[in-house]
Amino acid sequence: MLEVAEPRAVAGRAPDVFREGKWVPMRTYDDNEEVDFAIVGTGAGGGTLACKLAEAGFSVIAFDAGPFWRPLEDFVSDERDQGGLYWTDERITGGADPIELGSNNSGRGVGGSTVHYTMIALRWRPEWFQCRSKLGYGRDWPISFDELEPFYEEAEEALKISGPISYPWSRRRKRYPYRAHPVNAAGLVLARGCEAIGVQWSPLPLATLSAPRGMAHPCVYRGFCAYGCSTNAKQSVLVTFIPRALNAGAEVRDLAMVGKIEMGKDGKATGLTYHRGGAWRRQKAKHVVVAGYAIETPRLLLNSKCDQFRDGLANENGLVGTHLMTHSGPGVWGIMDEEVRCYKAPPCMAVTEHWNYDDSDKKDFRGGYAFMSQGPLPVGWAEAQAINRGMWGMKLRQEMTRYNHVAGLRIVGETEPQRHNRVEVADEKDQYGLPIPRVTFSYSENDRRLIEHSKGSMRAVLEGAGAKELWTDHDTSHLMGGCRMGDDPDDSVVDRDGRSWSIPNLWVCDGSLFPTSGGVNPSLTIQALACRMGDRISGMAKRGEL
Amino acid sequence: MSEFKTPFLTYDVLDKWDTPSWNDQTRAAVRQRLDDEPPRRFLSEEQWSLLEAIAARLMPQPEREEPVPIVPWIDDMLHRNAGPGYRYADMPPMREAWHQGLDAIAAEARNRHGKCFEELSPGDQDALLGDVQHNRVESRYWRDLPAGGFFLHLLLKQVVGIYYSHPAAWSEIGFGGPASPRGYARLGFDERDPWEAEEFDFEAEHA
Ligand SMILES: Cc1cc2nc3c(=O)[nH]c(=O)nc-3n(C[C@H](O)[C@H](O)[C@H](O)COP(=O)(O)OP(=O)(O)OC[C@H]3O[C@@H](n4cnc5c(N)ncnc54)[C@H](O)[C@@H]3O)c2cc1C
Ligand code: SF4
Repeated sequence: MLEVAEPRAVAGRAPDVFREGKWVPMRTYDDNEEVDFAIVGTGAGGGTLACKLAEAGFSVIAFDAGPFWRPLEDFVSDERDQGGLYWTDERITGGADPIELGSNNSGRGVGGSTVHYTMIALRWRPEWFQCRSKLGYGRDWPISFDELEPFYEEAEEALKISGPISYPWSRRRKRYPYRAHPVNAAGLVLARGCEAIGVQWSPLPLATLSAPRGMAHPCVYRGFCAYGCSTNAKQSVLVTFIPRALNAGAEVRDLAMVGKIEMGKDGKATGLTYHRGGAWRRQKAKHVVVAGYAIETPRLLLNSKCDQFRDGLANENGLVGTHLMTHSGPGVWGIMDEEVRCYKAPPCMAVTEHWNYDDSDKKDFRGGYAFMSQGPLPVGWAEAQAINRGMWGMKLRQEMTRYNHVAGLRIVGETEPQRHNRVEVADEKDQYGLPIPRVTFSYSENDRRLIEHSKGSMRAVLEGAGAKELWTDHDTSHLMGGCRMGDDPDDSVVDRDGRSWSIPNLWVCDGSLFPTSGGVNPSLTIQALACRMGDRISGMAKRGEL
Repeated sequence: MSEFKTPFLTYDVLDKWDTPSWNDQTRAAVRQRLDDEPPRRFLSEEQWSLLEAIAARLMPQPEREEPVPIVPWIDDMLHRNAGPGYRYADMPPMREAWHQGLDAIAAEARNRHGKCFEELSPGDQDALLGDVQHNRVESRYWRDLPAGGFFLHLLLKQVVGIYYSHPAAWSEIGFGGPASPRGYARLGFDERDPWEAEEFDFEAEHA
């Protein structure tokens, strides 16, 4: 089992992710040295911001509860053995539509969930940032697409996104840094079906290399992306922003679980308490950034309650943990005459965003969805059939022999922000003695209409491609919200720069910032937000506004 | 249906053990799965033998002299308390749920047939498991544990997940298996790299 027992980034060095058994030098700080920024979490948000701030000259320590992997030597080419990549501490999930957590959406380790994500790198539809004023639903964000556009470009450049010459959706853009990958048969099913019913499709822009980059090889189409990339082709935060951050003087503390943000008498954060090497320790910092993703970020703010802040930090208006969203993910599956062998290449290679951009009144719901081709591996595929179709016994074993002919589509479906969908803390404690999170989620009526609509679209596409014996399952993907950003202190947790309204040196930088969920995968937007935050903070520092 | 038929007649994923499709890390992990069957540490002897009988219905392997082992790995997972990172709000903690669920299935068998589950005919065993799946159970045996939820999300998911992480299962479904450092070159419809499984076409043969 993939496991690392002791912290690796210690004594002035950190693992070299590009060379087996090798190290890179790392600047280290003393617990009592007051660093400029202590960042909790090193994923899409935290890892990206750590790099930006270190490169801007700030002293930075980034903490992660999980290990510091060396993919080339640690990662096994196997579904079951890679279980160590996920956040598997106990959480309770409830509501009318409880969200499956763990491997489905939560990573644990330096690089965060990008270590096992599937690399889809999409920009948002521009109008979604003002969806209330422009499209009449949801809420407006405090920033616009125009403000974020340069940072989308910065993130795409940093990850050397491989993409098609022209991508049909979002705003017209310059060429992707690397050329597109060939589309696998699973993706060609989507392409063929879309062409049959007359909607546009595209190869997906992906954060995996289509040509060598430095010490990293191009993608070899092994298909284990959701279980960690053992070749470093995947441009996770672990192999992109983290090496840059170390090089710029940041310290990364792995296997360091932050339990509490410490507050001073003046109402400002003074640092944090973290568990590493079997003991609780304290780190002093001028600023604290929370970037633990949409469950752990609210949980840490709530668990940091103290006499001054009895309901948790940044929670005067009671919004911390509320308006949690996921992407709904019904899928439609069928059997093709041809061999598809969907285990080859990244699991999602083709997309249609048609229904993200269709504003016609043919839609009986608000919001949008995209859908992608799919590439489940045997364990995931067998579990899906068992749980969704209730299939077992010889029937399931026999059905599994058609695995190589399976093709499927799954949506990334927008869900509405609802106050009662939320993260709270329970009485039960985890192995560190910290109250565990309880997550409650139920779809809205609109969410359900969107799901039903999407099933019809996916069926039409699969039938158009020649798939037979169609059936439908249900799943969810990403998490968003819980500490939403806004322009009104009464109606948001942090401002447009991710800064807490009530505690001026406390920040949030991760997926929990999202006021609405959009109909595409979130990490490129999280990374663009982090790049923007880095620039904004440097600007504020220069103007003396920090 | 009791006969099993695979179109991958000659394919054995383990034939690739010494090829560039496998690296040392993967060989070590799979070697352990094949050779180091964990001992019983969590379940009682009765629960273990009941679970053996259940697993034999959920994933029947009548054609194998030595079936792919499933129960030792469930016991190992429970011993390590290595849950998936969440539990449904209407479920007790994972270990309790397993004790409760297995004991309830044993009680259902005795109540219905006056025998233990292991002694029932395969047909009766399947019928009982189907009732558990669909919540047609005596609530006094299950108390606060939802029978269908236990069946799908804990019992069946584990059995199936462990079976399909075994190389024998990869071979019978024609899965390429481990693929690092060498991945794949041919990605299109009906395209197969020489190191992938060849599918036998029964229908063509028939015609
Ligand atoms: C299987 C899968 C596929 C995905 N595919 C895509 C995709 O194709 N495209 C896309 O855009 N998105 C994808 N995502 C989603 C994407 O990975 C996440 O949305 C994104 O990584 C979230 O970024 P984040 O910074 O908010 O959190 P994360 O990246 O999850 O980082 C959070 C980090 O914080 C650490 N942490 C949390 N709490 C603490 C604490 N108290 N102390 C110390 N450390 C802590 C965690 O260990 C973790 O490493 C996928 C996710 C999964 C699971
Ligand atoms: S398919 Fe490409 S990105 Fe995915 S794991 Fe393999 S090499 Fe990495």
